[in-house]
Amino acid sequence: MTTASTPADVARAEKAPATDGAPRTGVGTGYLRHAAGKLGGALVSLFAVLVTSFFLFRILPGDPVKAMTHGIPTSAEQLATLRRQFGLDLPLWQQFADYCAKALGGDLGTSFQFRAPVGELIAAKLPATLLLTGVAVVLYSALGLWLGTRSAWRHGGRGDRLNTGLALTLWSVPSFWLGLLLIIVFSVGVGPVPGLFPTGGMESGTGETGFAYVLDVAHHLVLPVVTLVAVGYAQTLLVMRSSLLDEMGGDYLTTARAKGLKDDEVRRRHAVPNALLPTVTMVFINLGHVAAGSILVETVFSWPGLGGLFYQALSVPDLPLVQGLFVVFAGAMILMNLIADLLYPLLDPRVGR
Amino acid sequence: MVMVTKVPARPRSGRPRRAARLLLAAGLTTASLTALPAATATAAPAAAAEDGKSGGTTLTVAVSQSIDSLSPFLAQKLTSTSIHRLAYEYLTNYDPKDARTVPAFATEWSSSADKLTWTYRIREDSTWSDGKPATAEDAAWTFNKMMTDPNAATANGSFTANFAEVTAPDARTLVIRLKKPQATMTALDVPIVPKHVWEKVGDFSKFNNDRQFPIVGNGPFVITDFKVDQYIKLKPNKTFWRGAPKFDELVFKYYKDGDAAVAALQKGEVSFVPNLTPAQAAALKTQKDIKVNDAPGRRFYALATNPGARAKDGRTFGNGHPALLDPAVRKALFLAVDRATLVDKVFQGHAVEGEGYLPPRFGSYFWKPEGAQRRGYDPAAAAKTLDDAGYRKNGDGKRLGKDGRPLNFRILCHATDPNDKAVGKYLQEWWGELGIGLTVECLDSVSDPWVKGDYDLAFDGWSVNPDPDYVLSIHTCGTLPATPKDTGATDNFICDEEFDSLYARQAVEYDTAKRADLVKRMQSRLYDTGYMNVMAYPNALEAYRTDRIASITTMPEAAGNLWGQDGYWSWWSAVPAASAAGSGDGSGSSAAGVAIGVGAAVVVVAGGLLLLRTRRRATADDRE
Repeated sequence: MTTASTPADVARAEKAPATDGAPRTGVGTGYLRHAAGKLGGALVSLFAVLVTSFFLFRILPGDPVKAMTHGIPTSAEQLATLRRQFGLDLPLWQQFADYCAKALGGDLGTSFQFRAPVGELIAAKLPATLLLTGVAVVLYSALGLWLGTRSAWRHGGRGDRLNTGLALTLWSVPSFWLGLLLIIVFSVGVGPVPGLFPTGGMESGTGETGFAYVLDVAHHLVLPVVTLVAVGYAQTLLVMRSSLLDEMGGDYLTTARAKGLKDDEVRRRHAVPNALLPTVTMVFINLGHVAAGSILVETVFSWPGLGGLFYQALSVPDLPLVQGLFVVFAGAMILMNLIADLLYPLLDPRVGR
Repeated sequence: MVMVTKVPARPRSGRPRRAARLLLAAGLTTASLTALPAATATAAPAAAAEDGKSGGTTLTVAVSQSIDSLSPFLAQKLTSTSIHRLAYEYLTNYDPKDARTVPAFATEWSSSADKLTWTYRIREDSTWSDGKPATAEDAAWTFNKMMTDPNAATANGSFTANFAEVTAPDARTLVIRLKKPQATMTALDVPIVPKHVWEKVGDFSKFNNDRQFPIVGNGPFVITDFKVDQYIKLKPNKTFWRGAPKFDELVFKYYKDGDAAVAALQKGEVSFVPNLTPAQAAALKTQKDIKVNDAPGRRFYALATNPGARAKDGRTFGNGHPALLDPAVRKALFLAVDRATLVDKVFQGHAVEGEGYLPPRFGSYFWKPEGAQRRGYDPAAAAKTLDDAGYRKNGDGKRLGKDGRPLNFRILCHATDPNDKAVGKYLQEWWGELGIGLTVECLDSVSDPWVKGDYDLAFDGWSVNPDPDYVLSIHTCGTLPATPKDTGATDNFICDEEFDSLYARQAVEYDTAKRADLVKRMQSRLYDTGYMNVMAYPNALEAYRTDRIASITTMPEAAGNLWGQDGYWSWWSAVPAASAAGSGDGSGSSAAGVAIGVGAAVVVVAGGLLLLRTRRRATADDRE
């Protein structure tokens, strides 16, 4: 076998430096085809989301006008006016046609309860959610990757058992409960622990500007981020740990060790890169969730983000707002999946060929 | 063979490692970015609190409900309308002592002999916060706008539905001509807006009044700043005719979670928290510098029975149980409800046993059944009533309907209300003893089956205004939906001739005492029909810091509530405590806190640097 392959290998070795560009173009077209396919799929999904979001929430029980006016003196004329303003008096097909026409032009409609364009409402709250969940996802992905790698490499050891045990315990803790505990301990202060952090909100609202404002927001960000990281890092840790464990039996690691590489090197250069793929998928799924925020944590910490807005929209139901949020959430997910799909071939050349 | 495996391995190990390192670096950056400013920021609020000393006293109130709109023509949620009460004057207000009508923007009023023309004298000492005088012209413009533009009638259109014409013959006189007499003319809870500001507004259905601050108004406070779901800030109106409020600033701060709001109260970040649960109230009661206010509420909590849903066109719909149309069954069911136990166990004492339709807080209209009319808790009488009416128990102890099938009812319950679920359990037990089955159907949104008439019984409740007209009107035939496909303003599809004729009489009765008598007779009639059985009047539970608020007016004055009053009394009257000056309700933190924060940041950054260094060293080792 070795002899048989030798001429080919030699030929390749000779060829490689000379025609450096040629194989790359080959990979390039393959990659482009892969990318185009994924992009097309994403666009189709996005269109499907746009259409289904209209019908999905029409199934929700509840009359928005009745729900909004419950407990408020309202005459039959007022109810009729509201229905007309919201376009609910039109037949369903016409409502759908209006929705499609507007949505294709980028207009997601006007919220029933807030009387403002849905796009504006979402844009106003998106930064808060991206900040909170984005920081949290980046932190817990990094923490999970790091601890997962450690755990797998010395699996069965005390460090591993402690790490995995702690992560699993925190993973099973309800986030709102942990959040409240953190508020009681680190915001109000218990015994010798001083109340270091604010009890909620995104800013003190005492008129800080510039850098002082950034500091103020960061101060408010600490506890919610800690909550999300504590509850969330276990998934990255476990996925990383198990995929690395799968790789650890590989012959190529023995080979790498036989070459005299140090243990750390074997791990970093050979094992981890191969084990990274499932974790990357997981990280991007989590990044896709960033837009949706975390309703529970946003509520406990009174964080003015999209999670809370979604809950308010659902409870009416404020149809244009839930539709718009659904499109944004699903769109973020589709986008992140697309990015993950586009990244795979770069991480592992076997994908996309 | 070796080469074959190695060739693809090389590029693979190179790129992902970079990717992983990038990820880690990003993580570290965010870690230090979060931790470092966080630590240094602990110093910022302390500095802000210092500033607060010159700024004066701030009263911070925790709220949870989002503002739907700051336009008085659109706002329907309680938080929004409460804030409009503070920023705009209404024609009349309600006395904090006994909720009687008192002068506000109007100083006096009278009606013509034919009851169709009302004339209001507008006060001379009210000015808009931009300095312009507030006149009858502003009031006339506000009402006319609502009458002519449906988009401006969204929130308060029900008040002007019966208006024929509104004019301002001079700056101090407002004349309202009615289509037919209307007894609620001294209870027009409509914010009067400045014409010179609002006549520039185009589409009232899209104008939210939240772009330009301060918002021009003539109430005791001026809205100066607003950030959605973060805060609403108000400053005292120094020229307010009744006198300026005592606090230098009023802030409504958002706490979406009740327990977090309680924590903020304990810490002193807020001075007032409304809508406590019994458990929260019990926990706060023992705390230093905190007063828990357990006040009679303005709500009633009732058992509604489906009288057979129908529309104005005479068609019936829905699937209400036919046995409930028998007065004997309704009477027996309510005889088996132990209201004392519900108040004691479900409301944990923070409620008053239900009697008539309107809560006792509104003394002049309060009515309660006496003697034989009263259906007190009496399970034996309940069983006898059913026996006498021909509903016998079968061998299994199940009560049989007229059709020979066991009686099984459904009750609509709000999944979001723990009280509904708890009361449902008790009803299942009590009615079970009568041999009647009960299914408690808890839904996130009960409005769908409710509007369709697809229920037997339902948990119902309304917040009552000082003028009871509206909560009475929702049980008249006129509010039934036009057709089964429409939605009417009706609460529970009740349509009773006697009740309706009493309603029509009170609606045109301008004599307060006579009208109160008619309202009481309506409640008596409603009680007798047995379709609306009030189980309890839940209390309002709230708490405030006594080291911030020295005194504050409750409504009713004797033992009343503070949040959601009919009027601006609580926040207008609040007097800052001596210790409140300079505290500013800021989240001031101790020097120790700053030290700990800085320490934590240093540890994180040092840890990050150490990690980077070991990595770099490792790479260097590899190179060797």
